[in-house]
Amino acid sequence: MSDPVLSIRNLCVEIPTRAGIVRPVDSVSYDIAAGEILGVVGESGAGKSMAGNAVIGLLNPPARIASGEIWLNGKRIDTLKGDAMRRLCGKHIGMVFQDPLTSLNPLLSIGDQLTETMLTHLDISREDARKRAIAALEEVGIPGAAERIDSYPHEFSGGMRQRVVIALALCAEPSLVIADEPTTALDVSVQAQIIALLKRLCRNRGTAVMLITHDMGVIAEAADRVAVMYAGRLAELGSVRDVLTAPRHPYTHGLMASTPLASAGQPRLHQIEGAMPRLTAIPEGCPFNPRCERAADKCRQAPAPRIVDGQAACWFPRVAEEAS
Amino acid sequence: MSLISVRHLTRTFDVSKPWLNRVIERRKKAFLTAVSEVDFNVEAQTTYALVGESGSGKSTIGRMLVGLLTPTSGDVEINGVNLASETDAAKIDHIRSDIQMIFQDPFASLNPRWRVRDIIVEPVAARGGDTTGLAEKLLEQVGLSALDAGKFPHEFSGGQRQRICIARALSSEPKLIVCDEPTSALDVSVQAQVLNLMSDLKDNFGLTYVLISHDLTVVRHMADRIGVLYLGRLVEEAAPEDLFNNTKHPYTQMLLEAAPRMDGFGREAKLPEGEIPDPINPPSGCAFNPRCPLAVERCRTERPKMRDIGNTRVACHLAE
Repeated sequence: MSDPVLSIRNLCVEIPTRAGIVRPVDSVSYDIAAGEILGVVGESGAGKSMAGNAVIGLLNPPARIASGEIWLNGKRIDTLKGDAMRRLCGKHIGMVFQDPLTSLNPLLSIGDQLTETMLTHLDISREDARKRAIAALEEVGIPGAAERIDSYPHEFSGGMRQRVVIALALCAEPSLVIADEPTTALDVSVQAQIIALLKRLCRNRGTAVMLITHDMGVIAEAADRVAVMYAGRLAELGSVRDVLTAPRHPYTHGLMASTPLASAGQPRLHQIEGAMPRLTAIPEGCPFNPRCERAADKCRQAPAPRIVDGQAACWFPRVAEEAS
Repeated sequence: MSLISVRHLTRTFDVSKPWLNRVIERRKKAFLTAVSEVDFNVEAQTTYALVGESGSGKSTIGRMLVGLLTPTSGDVEINGVNLASETDAAKIDHIRSDIQMIFQDPFASLNPRWRVRDIIVEPVAARGGDTTGLAEKLLEQVGLSALDAGKFPHEFSGGQRQRICIARALSSEPKLIVCDEPTSALDVSVQAQVLNLMSDLKDNFGLTYVLISHDLTVVRHMADRIGVLYLGRLVEEAAPEDLFNNTKHPYTQMLLEAAPRMDGFGREAKLPEGEIPDPINPPSGCAFNPRCPLAVERCRTERPKMRDIGNTRVACHLAE
């Protein structure tokens, strides 16, 4: 495999609070290769968005990167500050947020927003930028792009707005796109269109994508590899087919089994007892141990093992035949 | 007799600009038809699900069922009593205590200044009933602790708050609970807990649910009968097996095709065409005709009537 576009090594994010320092992201490591879509799944509070924000330097103080390294195209970016960070990230990382209305400026036409981004990061003239903006809008499937380029965000529907956001994220030709719950605010039929669009554009351009979502179905259809997060830690990392059909980590297994889809025809859904621990009270050892049916003494004492691709952070992972 | 019987239910909202704007800009009044000519029955002790995308009118129907909105035309009869037109106050009073509702957002539907005990017993206390020990009993039934009665809503997580909402809905011993997206604000594992709780309570108390949801997988798991809504119209109604395995209406087919699947690795779904049209100016004839792959001339001019095909009811000229 060629060098990854994004490489995160033992990333820890800390927030000092009155109750002590909490770690919403703890020792997370993963790579994303060019043209690959990495799905990051987890429930709310699992730290999946926090990890994404750390990459692009959007952590709100007092949250900060406490340790670990982030490499983008072979360059270390977590140590960059202010202007250098802004120039690099603006050009090389595109971001798609959950709510398309709040990620567009309501006072600027979408054409202005697109050309502004391109003029900042690419060495082109204003006319060229406008031409490319129209081409970008056509590419994301906005009908009549040449006429609609001077429209304002409120004149578009939710799905169309998310297309504009994707055009905006891709217009400076980034090597990495971070899509944080890009379809959560959208209807099922529009969601399918947006996911297909994101997949097609990134495949064609060889852009690496970090797709952050809580929806296992979206992950199954879009992602090549998947990282499952629990309480700020990586629970499992591997190819999407392996993780979803034969989950090794008991949490992944429970999560899969508790979706109504997986238990079709059964009177009751599989239940994981309890709830995700608060960040101020993450249990000793493996953070999942109080909810885990396989937990033994070792899980309560030793922190779960560090993992590489294709592994689960569990002392007693499920084996393949048991999972099937 | 059915517990709920809905006949030609229609609701329009006036979305006109203010009078002065209309005069200056020479605009007519604008009306949005949120629900149009919807008919269905819900049998006692079953779960009837309404699915649809945003703007399909599913929440508006739910609100009309409990009486939070009045129908523009058509009737909602619950146990043979029409809440909108009934004049006998005693009858209305009696029926109202049989109906409760659970809302989507458990953060917005609990009063932050009230203790959980007061929240839960309010439906009984408001009618002057005896509330001794009621909150504690209900909290245990929904899987919380009796000690939680003295706490405030902010001390609970989303899933726990939804349990409190369920306890409140149960306190007046209702027959019917309208659940408006009860789990869409919750995580998957918490959703499983809440859905299991709802199933258990239904069996224990003999409840009837009207479940409003956009999530086809939740609906498939919970419902005995499913109504699919598009632009305020009921397009198909069937039992889950029929709806998912023997789909009649092209819109339902599109919706099922578009929904993400757990086993759809790298699937290139057949993408839905277009978007939901503007409900202020809905298309003529069948509302789905501009996006429908099968549409013929008749679909553009004549609105299809609900027809029975086997156990399925479908509003499509071409379905068979």
